[in-house]
Amino acid sequence: MKEAWDPLQARDLAIGHAGNVLADRINLSLPAGELTALLGVNGVGKSTLLRTLAGLLPPMGGQVLIGGSPVQALSAHERARRMAVVLTGRPAGMLDVETVVALGRQPWTNRWGRITPADRAAVDRAFDLAAAQDLRHRTLATCSDGECQKVLIARALAQDTPVMLLDEPTAFLDLPNRAAVVRMLRGIAHGQRKAVLFSTHDLQLALDLGDRMMLLCAGGALWQGTPQEAMASGVLAQAFNGSGVVFDAATGTHRFTG
Amino acid sequence: MRGKGLWLVFFALAGLVLATVGLVVGSADLSLHQVGEALAGRGEETVRMIVLQVRLPEVLTAAAAGAGLAASGLLMQTTFHNPLAGPGVLGLTGGAAVGVALVMLASPLWQALPVSRDLLAMAAALAGAMAVLLLITVADRRVGDGVTLLILGVMLGYLCSALISVLQAASEAGALKGFVLWGMGSFGTMGLHRLPWLLVPVAAGLLLALTLVKPMNALLVGEEHAASMGVEVRRVRRTSVWVTGLLAGTITACCGPVAFLGLAVPHVARAFLRTADHRLLMPGTILLGGTLALACDLVVRMPWAGGMLPLNAVTSWLGAPVVLWVLLSGKNWFRR
Repeated sequence: MKEAWDPLQARDLAIGHAGNVLADRINLSLPAGELTALLGVNGVGKSTLLRTLAGLLPPMGGQVLIGGSPVQALSAHERARRMAVVLTGRPAGMLDVETVVALGRQPWTNRWGRITPADRAAVDRAFDLAAAQDLRHRTLATCSDGECQKVLIARALAQDTPVMLLDEPTAFLDLPNRAAVVRMLRGIAHGQRKAVLFSTHDLQLALDLGDRMMLLCAGGALWQGTPQEAMASGVLAQAFNGSGVVFDAATGTHRFTG
Repeated sequence: MRGKGLWLVFFALAGLVLATVGLVVGSADLSLHQVGEALAGRGEETVRMIVLQVRLPEVLTAAAAGAGLAASGLLMQTTFHNPLAGPGVLGLTGGAAVGVALVMLASPLWQALPVSRDLLAMAAALAGAMAVLLLITVADRRVGDGVTLLILGVMLGYLCSALISVLQAASEAGALKGFVLWGMGSFGTMGLHRLPWLLVPVAAGLLLALTLVKPMNALLVGEEHAASMGVEVRRVRRTSVWVTGLLAGTITACCGPVAFLGLAVPHVARAFLRTADHRLLMPGTILLGGTLALACDLVVRMPWAGGMLPLNAVTSWLGAPVVLWVLLSGKNWFRR
């Protein structure tokens, strides 16, 4: 059964909110063990797509399936055992890092949220995978944006789900930190056999480190493929056409024109 | 966690000591032995009267009201993600006061009803608090920004007091005096026979508040993250709002609009416990709320005050500096 389904799929999905459809007829599938990057210009609906896949927004049509079950039919609790989500925005600052990461165990703990030795081990492993052990005894207020992002990712890892969705995890980060976060996500997808999807504006990182790419175009069409296919097909050149960005398919790089 | 748990024991012990002092000290000083005898149903008739009919209800009222207000303050602060949220600031006590004013000041309207005035005031206070809470909840959905919400709460409070002023202007002197006294706040007006009306709803509210500790923790990292971690956010918010209304409404009806306890106690509890974890913070806030209310009640009853010190003056002396300290010391637990 487990092999029959990709962990996360969308069928004929229409996304949007307040009666406004941003994109429809979306069919996609996130395979286990691969890192997928979701790209698209501002306002095209990346966050809406991500939140709809996460079950935080209702679909305007079609279905999102996690492990074969429609996401809307699952309770929040059941959903949280299958899919972890990292969104933009910092939580309250006086929380200590250890507490935040342990919150990731909530779908697995009893009604009081008691942390068992097994939960403790999962939290420990999450700190290792996110390379965040050194932050463990700090408060969020003392963490930089990059460190804060690591903590939130560690929290999602502690949730121990086959699917992980991240909304612009590299926003507000400097170049080395952006690379570090995406490299970590790649390691997690490959090492833990998770299906990982992150939205980003970092074309280069997506091309260099992503296993797959999804490009949400204005008008709602969703292109999917590998980074190599993206470069060869000219879809990138097309997407940035006339915007002051020139894409060179031969080298897989982009330049800004004056 | 274990070390911090000792604070809970300390809060509880301090509360017990203050409660004992509250039973012993007063206009007629009794000995510990006399109080013990009276509680056991023995000893002099007058002493039994004083202890069982006057002091015990007052001590229990203070403990329950303090615990309930503190718990409702913590629930609101976490639910609305706002350190300045509390039953007073968001206009809840104002709404409850309108309900009580309608019953106490417009009494001819209710004479035909076959319900006791006290029960009616309680129901009206609950309805008033709930009405304000519903408005706040709807507004919070729309504005979704803490400052606007606080301003809205303060404005609702003003509207409520304006409404009360109109009622006051039109009411006769006797009713007015009763209402003004109620408005100063007091733990001493309940009496033994009315005590269950306070204790039962407050006990229910506190138990419900304790069942919310896990989702409240998740809400600390934001509503959407909480939802992604399995919290039914809308249901939790709704429960939190109803529990807050039940606690604040009942307590306001019984003790008057007691200022600042709901807002300040959670901050004092955080300062002692140094955690935002509700598994520790909720029981800590409840115990500390009861304890501090007992302390305030003792100050009110100090012989040198002649028994005339309004409760609200004392709780404001305690609460307002705490709020200033939170704002000025960077101890704002919700700062990003």
